[in-house]
Amino acid sequence: MPKSVSQRSRYGIVPPMHELSLMNNLLDHALAAAGGERICALHVRVGPLSGVVIESLRFAFDALTPGTPAENARFDIEETAPTFRCPHCGATYETPVGNYHCPACAATDGELTGGYELELISIEVPDDV
Amino acid sequence: MCDSCGCGHPHDHSHDSPAHDHSHDHPPTAVRTIEVQKSALSLNQRHADQNRGWFRAKGLTVFNLLSSPGSGKTSLLERTLRDLPHAAAIVGDLQTDNDAQRLRAVGAQALQITTGATCHLDAHMVLHTLDQLATDGLRYLFIENVGNLVCPASYDLGEDRRVVLISVTEGEDKPLKYPVMFRRADLVLLTKNDLADAVDFDRDAALANIRQTAPQAQILDISAKTGANFDAWLEWVKA
Repeated sequence: MPKSVSQRSRYGIVPPMHELSLMNNLLDHALAAAGGERICALHVRVGPLSGVVIESLRFAFDALTPGTPAENARFDIEETAPTFRCPHCGATYETPVGNYHCPACAATDGELTGGYELELISIEVPDDV
Repeated sequence: MCDSCGCGHPHDHSHDSPAHDHSHDHPPTAVRTIEVQKSALSLNQRHADQNRGWFRAKGLTVFNLLSSPGSGKTSLLERTLRDLPHAAAIVGDLQTDNDAQRLRAVGAQALQITTGATCHLDAHMVLHTLDQLATDGLRYLFIENVGNLVCPASYDLGEDRRVVLISVTEGEDKPLKYPVMFRRADLVLLTKNDLADAVDFDRDAALANIRQTAPQAQILDISAKTGANFDAWLEWVKA
């Protein structure tokens, strides 16, 4: 079973929010990749359609990392834009969430090619060599 | 960011402030980068794929019903399960099995998931409910998600199609406020159609907002109370 999302932290009881369980998953990936080494930084990519609030993700990071190898690690978040490919005119474009019109031909049925990302791209660990 | 020691902890107080209580394990100057490239939802995706395989093996068509609390998901299901043979439901709520009881009262098979503090259903919760589902003769499974237009959008449960409900009493701009949820809808149901006049529902505005945020979705006005457009809904389900 995944860890409960209502857990104690230095903030007290953490309110239920899905960023907490998602951050928990990202952290699990990071800890597995680090293989027990201390983690200096995490680089995460967040798409605007991921449904994640950046502030809540940072809150979750601060709440979950104490006592783990990622304690005090730098948390880099790269935000992406929704990207589309128009099936009619072939244009590729970015638009704000909630407005998906093709700027070239005004079609609204663009094929979404990016924007849902919520990924741990890489981590940094001490280089002992 | 801590400029003095470069420890990466975001704060804006001075180093001798009482609030400066985090540890001072300074990172070494040399670091090495490990590529990971893994999604926060990879585990959920694995469980969703597992569910999808199971649904396919049992010959089920599965619908994920999503909306705010009180948009009429359970009322829609009460009438649907009464009118549509070979259908069952899994319902999610933070507490109580009231919804499952309501659906059993119309003679349907209904299983309740209580999520406790969790604001959405995930594929793992559904996976662990499937062993209680009697699938003999079953063709359609409706999963009523926790009432919430935010978090459930991110979690694939293994469903074939997503149905997002907005009731006419909620305001025409709901799709603009929650665009992520609407972008993945296959069908948007405008529910409580029988109340539209009473609340001066601006249907044209609602349709324009849905088409802007969910250009891929079909749209249907419906009332579980009067049965208006229920035939069209059931046709869509069976299609």
